[in-house]
Amino acid sequence: MGKQLAAVIGSGQTHHRSKRLDVSMAGLCREAIDRALADAAVDLADIEAVVVGKAPDLFEGVMMPELFLADALGAVGKPLLRVHTAGSVGGSTANVAASLVHSGLHRRVLAVAFEKQSESNAMWALSIPTPFVMPVHAGAGGYFAPHVRSYIRRSGAPEHIGAMVAVKDRRNGARNPYAHLRQGDITLESVRSSTMLWDPIRYDETCPSSDGACAMVIADEGTASGRPAAWIHGTAMRTEPTTFAGRDQVNPQAGRDAAAAAWKEAGIADPLSSVDVAEIYVPFSWFEPMWLENLGFAEEGQGWKLTETGATEIGGRLPVNPSGGVLCSNPIGASGMLRFAEAAMQVMGRAGEHQVDRARTALGHAYGGGSQYFALWVVGAGKPGAEPHTGGRP
Amino acid sequence: MVEVLSAPLEVGFDYTRSLGPALSRFMTALRERRIEGVRGSDGRVYVPPVEYDPATAEPLTEPVEVSAEGTVLSWSWMPEPLPGQPLDRPFAWALIRLDGADTAMLHAVDAGTPERMRSGMRVRARWAAEPVGHIRDIVCFEPAGGSASPPTPAAEPAEPVTMVTTPIHLSYRHSASPGESRYLRGLADGRLLGGGRCPACGKVYIPPRGACPADGVPTAEEVELPDVGTVTTFCIVNVPFLGQRIKPPYVAAYVLLDGADIPFLHLVLGCPVDEVRMGMRVTAVWRPREEWGTTMQNIDHFKPTGEPDAPFESYAQHL
Repeated sequence: MGKQLAAVIGSGQTHHRSKRLDVSMAGLCREAIDRALADAAVDLADIEAVVVGKAPDLFEGVMMPELFLADALGAVGKPLLRVHTAGSVGGSTANVAASLVHSGLHRRVLAVAFEKQSESNAMWALSIPTPFVMPVHAGAGGYFAPHVRSYIRRSGAPEHIGAMVAVKDRRNGARNPYAHLRQGDITLESVRSSTMLWDPIRYDETCPSSDGACAMVIADEGTASGRPAAWIHGTAMRTEPTTFAGRDQVNPQAGRDAAAAAWKEAGIADPLSSVDVAEIYVPFSWFEPMWLENLGFAEEGQGWKLTETGATEIGGRLPVNPSGGVLCSNPIGASGMLRFAEAAMQVMGRAGEHQVDRARTALGHAYGGGSQYFALWVVGAGKPGAEPHTGGRP
Repeated sequence: MVEVLSAPLEVGFDYTRSLGPALSRFMTALRERRIEGVRGSDGRVYVPPVEYDPATAEPLTEPVEVSAEGTVLSWSWMPEPLPGQPLDRPFAWALIRLDGADTAMLHAVDAGTPERMRSGMRVRARWAAEPVGHIRDIVCFEPAGGSASPPTPAAEPAEPVTMVTTPIHLSYRHSASPGESRYLRGLADGRLLGGGRCPACGKVYIPPRGACPADGVPTAEEVELPDVGTVTTFCIVNVPFLGQRIKPPYVAAYVLLDGADIPFLHLVLGCPVDEVRMGMRVTAVWRPREEWGTTMQNIDHFKPTGEPDAPFESYAQHL
């Protein structure tokens, strides 16, 4: 038996906020799950297996979500798997759920990912004072800022590119009713005058800390045929060590390999011409041009030109993060799945105010750890092979 | 066999929990010295309450008050209590089914000796003097019989309990690898012992790895490195945060020692932060010798040497 077709038939997410004190973690997950089930027009009884992902354990002090959430996730009597790949976990969780359908093992799988950042402090959790080393670590921003500086140096990108991404994503977020930050009035000047946190990264170029969850129902061909669906054309995950001599942290090999594998499976030779919309994991604004290059949308050192010319805006050649992306909502455990779900919503025509016109082929992308875990999927409005990825857009 | 170095690593945080409707009711009732469960779709009463039905996964909403007395279903003796446990003297962990409940709750029984414990025995809750809306409002259970607790005073109406704090503390012993231990002992002598050079790719690691992460082969050859190098890239940390050890603003820089093939993060001082550059040549500033230990913190920081910057090509492969 070869690989079976799989499709997203529904997705749901919470209203992401800095503090969702009105719900428990279980309630947060159910808010997303119930919306996904309704969107897919199925019941929990139709679900055969559940896959859950969350942020690293210290981030919220929960070490076994599969244990205490089994009843809330509707997993009683069913297989329940937990996936763990740091910030990319939401994407990996979706890919593992898809693999259970691709394999022919299950017909309908529920994927869910969440985080309540308000119950802990991610900056603290990422700066644990390990003995014997210099205590210069300063959270995720402190980790990534030197690599952003390297990118700027290598590419020669002008300084305002980071601010342009922030303005675009925050304005996009204002169109998204679920987004945590909705800043339709943000300007290049306001971003460039915001506080420098981890030079060269400014406050307004940084993702927020959010509580939120996301869920999707992934179904087999028999279930998905004849109903709204985002068909999965390709999935890929790759990993590399955090450090080794000669490691390229600006354009990591694992990311390039994951992208190449996903494009190949989807039958895409030229991503920029073939993909209509991309949801890319951009927690700090400069990662838009960095990942555009890593994913093969632009040659090395050229990604910033797509940003600068407006190609990544809604209405541009390759809209990136029409939902507002991680810069607008960052429940870390769910952030990757939100990218995957938003890609599915786009090709299903269900993205509402941030719908990209004639979106037929979309990318969902997530990365995690020290740029060492990568997860991607390519989804399409039609079944794989049914239509060429010529880009539905002009 | 190298004796490895180790040091304590303490990780602690007071996590907050928003309770959701079911546990919020439970905690609010505890504050009033009452115990409330919830009725499941099959009629069973769950204590403590569950938010979603274990059978149907539907939200459960029908609260059921149960007795503060119940029956021990099973138990285990705790001869030496650990810090943070309900009692500081020997006690029993017991599964207790309260009268009116269909499930058992795990709690402590203050029985004095294991001879006083048996499955089937009757116990009742001992309440905290000043309940606050937390599971610890039940201090423990005690054998029932004899004089009962004084009647519960009527509770003052108050806002429902919606949050609890759950402090979590982990005490580790963090051990360095044999290679890292040799390197740390070198630091205690003011030396920078890198190494192993990988026999396959020739790359020199500091701190040593034991095995090359790229080739997977042992890296036995030790290489002593100078305390001079190049800033490959860096950031200026302006943001204060919980647990921070260095007062911002400071420059966290990747320093590539001459002869090494991988940079490490350290602190750069000795010039205004906005004068730090990629390619800047820096040298270690060691703390006074009497303060040295087996730690990279023997190097207080790196400072500019004043030499011309290293050309970009010389460190471009180490970004």
